Amino acid sequence: MISTELVDASRLQFAIVALYHFLFVPLTLGMTFMLVIMESTYVITNKPIYKDMVKFWGKLFGINFALGVTTGITMEFQFGTNWAYYSHYVGDIFGAPLAIEGLMAFFLESTFIGLFFFGWDKLSKNKHLMVTILMAVGSNLSALWILVANGWMNNPVGSEFSFITMRMEMVDFWDVVFNPQAQAKFVHTISAGYVTASTFVLGISSWYLLKGRDVEFAKRSFRIAAAFGFASAMSVIVLGDESGYTVGEAQQTKMAAIEAMWETEPAPASFNLIAGINEQEQKNDWSIEIPYVMGIIGTRSLTKQIPGIHEIKEHNREHIINGAKAVTALAALRKDTKNEALKAEFDKYKADLGYGLLLKKYTEDVSQATPEMIQKAVDDTVPHVAPMFWSFRLMVAIGTGLLALFATALYMSVTNKCGNQKWLLRWALLFIPAPWIAAELGWFVAEYGRQPWTIFGVLPTHLSASTLTPGTVYGSIAGFVFFYTGLLIVEMYLMVKFARQGPSSLHTGRYHGEAHAAGGAIPKHAPADKA
Amino acid sequence: MLDYETLKVIWWLFVGVLLLGFAIMDGHDMGVGTLLPFVGKTDDERRVVLNTVGAHWEGNQVWFILGGGAIFAAWPLVYATAFSGFYWAMLAVLWALFFRPVGFDYRSKIANPTWRNSWDWGLFIGGAVPPLIFGVAFGNLLQGVPFHFDDELRSYYTGTFWQLLNPFALLAGVVSTAMITAHGANYLMIRTEGDVYRRSRTAAIIFGVLALAAFAAAGVWVMNGISGYVITSGNIPGDLPNPLDKTVMVQAGAWMHNYSVYGWAKLIPLTAFVGGALAIVFALINKPTMAFIGSSLSMLGIIGTAGISMFPFVMPSSTDPRSSLTVWDSVSSHMTLELMFFATLIFLPLIIVYTSWAYKVMSGKVTLDFIKNNDHSAY
Repeated sequence: MISTELVDASRLQFAIVALYHFLFVPLTLGMTFMLVIMESTYVITNKPIYKDMVKFWGKLFGINFALGVTTGITMEFQFGTNWAYYSHYVGDIFGAPLAIEGLMAFFLESTFIGLFFFGWDKLSKNKHLMVTILMAVGSNLSALWILVANGWMNNPVGSEFSFITMRMEMVDFWDVVFNPQAQAKFVHTISAGYVTASTFVLGISSWYLLKGRDVEFAKRSFRIAAAFGFASAMSVIVLGDESGYTVGEAQQTKMAAIEAMWETEPAPASFNLIAGINEQEQKNDWSIEIPYVMGIIGTRSLTKQIPGIHEIKEHNREHIINGAKAVTALAALRKDTKNEALKAEFDKYKADLGYGLLLKKYTEDVSQATPEMIQKAVDDTVPHVAPMFWSFRLMVAIGTGLLALFATALYMSVTNKCGNQKWLLRWALLFIPAPWIAAELGWFVAEYGRQPWTIFGVLPTHLSASTLTPGTVYGSIAGFVFFYTGLLIVEMYLMVKFARQGPSSLHTGRYHGEAHAAGGAIPKHAPADKA
Repeated sequence: MLDYETLKVIWWLFVGVLLLGFAIMDGHDMGVGTLLPFVGKTDDERRVVLNTVGAHWEGNQVWFILGGGAIFAAWPLVYATAFSGFYWAMLAVLWALFFRPVGFDYRSKIANPTWRNSWDWGLFIGGAVPPLIFGVAFGNLLQGVPFHFDDELRSYYTGTFWQLLNPFALLAGVVSTAMITAHGANYLMIRTEGDVYRRSRTAAIIFGVLALAAFAAAGVWVMNGISGYVITSGNIPGDLPNPLDKTVMVQAGAWMHNYSVYGWAKLIPLTAFVGGALAIVFALINKPTMAFIGSSLSMLGIIGTAGISMFPFVMPSSTDPRSSLTVWDSVSSHMTLELMFFATLIFLPLIIVYTSWAYKVMSGKVTLDFIKNNDHSAY
């Protein structure tokens, strides 16, 4: 049996490297498109200030991208090194979108990013813009394929278990690609990335405006960020994960946990705005509810019911009892693969095989599982409610705050008042970290909410790990923490350094502080460049 | 459309193509990284060296990432068993690779000599360590790896990290590092002039000779001192993949078997020697592009030799030979192989077209003047 300690260590490592990788991904997704907007403006208007914008924001984008790539390679390695049984069990389906991502998207992005940075003098304006567009398309297509793979983990469609090869196999690729879960995640994630990049540009531009330097440059950047950010924040909220809500059992479990819905309510259910969650007694001690709202969000109707946690668990109990029979039948069938009777027995319970495997956390021979073990497995099927409930609410609160910021910024920008509204500029500056916090919370809700499964209903997390010793995994965690901490310090240092220098880091001679370098006097209103 | 057996062979070839793509494309960047502290004496010279690969290394690195993804998709059991079995070796590769994106991008952003010098050694590690470890890994594959599967096909690696560093594997590591470094040196000759060019030429010759000598020594060692593996029953090519459904024997000289059955296979190791020799000769007479083609051919020969010697084995097991992974039983389902086959058929040519375009756009020598004039935009 795989020890719980090993599985927990492997999960900790995965969480660290995935959350870390996700610090860099959203900015990349959004910045590439903002660079396209800025460069298109340059090509149309022919004003050099827009070219400087592409180059300057591109510089910050490059610093971020370097760590995105560094930490992205870890993600690919991680499945094989630490989740070997998972890789064997689902590689037939999960590996395909990853490989297609490399072929179709990552190659495109990575080839053209080189030309984006170094091709300015070698390419015509239009060709360079095309390069920038291809880079943006590549990065966003990458997200599509990764989320196709991830969506399948939450809603494993288009696949079937084979008892000969002991793994899940693909039966319909298009089902996997057009998995509603994957599509919902894709639009939600990329729009969140656009919001991240917009907030980044808006916040830094606001800082220049607060300092009263490089005003033309900052105002134009502010305007683009405000417009793009407003549209993106709308789509994050409107598209959201909502379209995925009604699909699949994974989402029902997740939704019940997110909403702390212990009991199935008569439709339409009310929405728990906040609640005092009592995990011990599996109820809410108190709650502030809004009638009807949950039913409408969750089912888009006033008549359909949403199952509560208790009902989901009772339902899962049947799955687990049937699943235990599937596990037993499979073991017999593996020893005598041509036996039709054994095959018929297995086929009868096959759909619940994954639920039967949940018992393996407690006993090697699941046919001997005691009622206590079954109860434990049943309790496992719903993640802890409080962390889900509060993470989700915090994420939504931040998202709403961002929408308000962008709506205000857009209004002020359109009415040409953005340069002197200090409160707005400070708000934008303070909100720079907000989308990152929201994105990490979103990752947590999606992935912690999938527990105890790596593949929902198919493969439990505790069976997915490699056969390593916990010490080995702790050792590698120490290595990752060491490298990642060092890299993050270096990256933050460079980000801050170049953000402070602003467009003068391009050394065009047109920006703040450069007159001095060229032998001229420092304008009185401009503070000395500290960087 | 295509039958399962054919697809399995096609994917063996594809994995070979990806490995070769990785060796030729990312390999020359890694060779450049390895040589960076040595062929560039001044900061400006080192910046010349960095900027020869500045616009391309990122795209080239995808050969590596795609190789990993393709093995995951096409040979999931190999991916799972090798990555978890070679745990610390894989992490060493990964951590060495960390130095590349940040090294390239961050190095010249600050003008402090200590900062720059540290990243230069980081790029050296990122260039030299991965080929060394891949060579060592191949050396271990040829000898068999201590792993087995249980009934549920969960893999267990029973060796240690230090066992991987045996003499034959280290020799294979030398072959791999030397061939990559020579290849990088040939590339540097194409893109540089003056002192950097001269030092690269010396490196191309030294490492070219070393690679061929080590390859020849490894060949003699395999012929005389390393036992191969033979399938004695089961393992029918068209069957559903189940590695436990066969018997395998360890047999002296078995890795030479394919060369006696298929006479043409001898051309592959021959290509390694001819390509390598041509690379050295062309470097000597200052024809760097031809030398680069020569070292590419040589890598085709070296990687191909490892593949053909072992065929149909991919990852033999020394402790439980029947658990050995072969081209027939470590693969994905028929549908996935076929799907990925068509995806590759569509996208690989496209990748080659736009990569060639990118190289064409950025072609020409990187000079010291260029570095001085682009102090704030070049690497």
